[in-house]
Amino acid sequence: MGLFVLQLLGIVLFVGIGVSAVTILGLRYIAYRMAGQPGTLSASDYEAFPIPIIRFASWKKAIRTLLLAMLFGVGAALILMRFVYGIGAISNLSDQFAWGLWIGVDVMSGIALASGAFVIAAAVHIFRLKRFEPLVRPAILTGLLGYLLEFGVMTVEVGRPYNFWQMLIHWEYHSILWAVGICVVVVAGLLFVEFLPVVFERLRESEAVTRRVPISSLSHLLKKGWIALVVFGAVLATVHQSSLGAMWVLVPAKLYPLWYSLYLPVFFWISALAAGLTMPIVESILSSRAFKRGLELDLLADLAKASSVVLLVYLIARGVDLVTRGVWPLIFQPNVQAAAFWLEVGLGVIVPAILFAIKPLRHRPAVLFNGALMVVLFGIVLNRLNVSMVGIWPYAGYVYFPSWMEIAVTVTLISFGVIAFGLAVKYLPIFPEEGEHAAH
Amino acid sequence: MSTRKRPLLSRRDFLRGACAGALAATTAGLLAGRAHPALASDSLAGQTWGVLIDLTRCTGCNSCALACKESNNLPGGDVPPGTLDTDTYTFVDTREVITAAGRAETRYVKRQCMHCLNPSCASACPVGAMHNSGEGPVIYRSNRCIGCRYCQIACPFGIPRFEWRDGISPAISKCLLCYDRLQANQVPACAEACPSGALRFGRREDLLVQARAQIASNSGRYIDHIYGEHEVGGTSMLYLSDIPFEQMGFPAGLPQSAPPEETDKFVSALPYVIGGVTVFMTGSVAYTHRRGAESTAERGEPASVSGCDASENQEE
Repeated sequence: MGLFVLQLLGIVLFVGIGVSAVTILGLRYIAYRMAGQPGTLSASDYEAFPIPIIRFASWKKAIRTLLLAMLFGVGAALILMRFVYGIGAISNLSDQFAWGLWIGVDVMSGIALASGAFVIAAAVHIFRLKRFEPLVRPAILTGLLGYLLEFGVMTVEVGRPYNFWQMLIHWEYHSILWAVGICVVVVAGLLFVEFLPVVFERLRESEAVTRRVPISSLSHLLKKGWIALVVFGAVLATVHQSSLGAMWVLVPAKLYPLWYSLYLPVFFWISALAAGLTMPIVESILSSRAFKRGLELDLLADLAKASSVVLLVYLIARGVDLVTRGVWPLIFQPNVQAAAFWLEVGLGVIVPAILFAIKPLRHRPAVLFNGALMVVLFGIVLNRLNVSMVGIWPYAGYVYFPSWMEIAVTVTLISFGVIAFGLAVKYLPIFPEEGEHAAH
Repeated sequence: MSTRKRPLLSRRDFLRGACAGALAATTAGLLAGRAHPALASDSLAGQTWGVLIDLTRCTGCNSCALACKESNNLPGGDVPPGTLDTDTYTFVDTREVITAAGRAETRYVKRQCMHCLNPSCASACPVGAMHNSGEGPVIYRSNRCIGCRYCQIACPFGIPRFEWRDGISPAISKCLLCYDRLQANQVPACAEACPSGALRFGRREDLLVQARAQIASNSGRYIDHIYGEHEVGGTSMLYLSDIPFEQMGFPAGLPQSAPPEETDKFVSALPYVIGGVTVFMTGSVAYTHRRGAESTAERGEPASVSGCDASENQEE
């Protein structure tokens, strides 16, 4: 009975999030409409509004927000359905294809793309490449959101999420998934701690807070232990990323030979390193557009240069692996797997590696952005999907493709992440030079 | 970052020793305390239980599948099941095959969990819900299950079934080799029910000896392959057939070694990876910060740890 109550709580929580998202966005819309008409709402009324109000600059933005609110509503309803009628009710998953989009995109890709937090932090605080300092906070924020996204999707994807604590009391260290689960918990906690300085910096401005909470001594403590945190993060990220690859080492008879390798953990680790170098490029350029900030072009070009070296190492490693296992002729087979392989390695590894190796090219924002996006979308996301989906199709004997409902849940969760990123940038000093001005 | 790095003391080797000891002790206890009535001779100590399935003798009567339903209190016990599902741990598959003589014939294959000696599902399970009992049966402890379905991904035979339509507490289901009945000195329900002698319960090593003898003495009746003897490191369910197993719908091309051996290597290497990365990172910190302190001292600036927040510089 206790379990049922817990499940009910989960449902209420999800519906609550959905309803509150719709309510907040609706209220924002109403406030915008009222504020738009003179005499209906004074400036002080507007200030006193109980929720932070974002003025819509245009109808286009208002409609976009409403669409987002509807998406959240649909997402909340789907998640409710999943807890009432089961995972099978909203997904195309089956006994032959037990993992799909949620594992491939939200878990395996999401965690790889979150690795920027550790790569950039290690570059700045361990290798003292201090010029990358401005990229640390956005990277840590991305990492934190990526791990929270994994928590979110796990609640939907895993059949009995309320049993998660069983992992903490049964030390099944032989299970790769156990290692992954423990890493998720510990790394999320670590990223939360690494994010605290940002929060403290904002809280320090409020006397009401500093009177009650010893912010300055807490941040002093953080500063003392900071290097240890960054080292710990690098170690955990190594374990986590390679474990995600090792999960598939267990299925030699199921995974297509183009991807099945005993060195999957190594490949996952190297490609996560590439993701950690290219993801900051993508998000820097995107947020510079969205928030009208300046662009640290030289820094990003340096990241691109480093990533081209990593991609080259990755390419050689993958090539040597294919040749030593003797399965390289498969890349010339006229089948879906070979096509997916070429998309992944060609567009996601070879092309960006070449683009980023050429100096005049990598200093162009368009090349930087598109090259980095190719690494992210093809080199990382498609690779993880190839391992978890495309490479399993031949074994399963049929083509699993996610249902629109699975896609909607994923899109909802990623939208949450994007919005959270935007709000954090708006209200917290994420980008140093900009953060100060935004506060007052 | 090599997963192939051989550790000085492999945890797996240690565990293997420990497990072998525990297994020997358990079986010795079984033999001494409660010799199995189903067995004529318990000469081979230290072995696990298994079932030998002689496909040439199976008549497709479905007694085994129905007995399984009854014994496990599964619904739908009045109609022979046609596939594995959450209410069906075993069923009798019908195969149209071409015999060695070139005749088209109908054959029956009982399908269920193969009860691997080193089960991938148990290796995969992050909470120990799938568990190798060490006596042959691979059991499932529902109370621990988190519903992650990694066991389904891991299983080389595609056996575990998941309750896709249960939103609250979906469980995995599969044959447990009647573990409860074994504990109560009874043979598995399917083996007990089989009227044609196609199912034979016993100690796995005994069954292998008998199966080899059967192949040798009935020349031409069987193909020279005991399915489950070596597949994925060996399974407790063993099959004899006169038709190649691929034709009978068995997965071909399975590795001869147990897949968990490879992931165990990764797990054994992890402590060294963790140690290596920690040492490398700490060493780098020591090196770069000493150099950083030297260079800033030369420039007459105070050495400061590049802080967790940029506000440090702003406050100055």
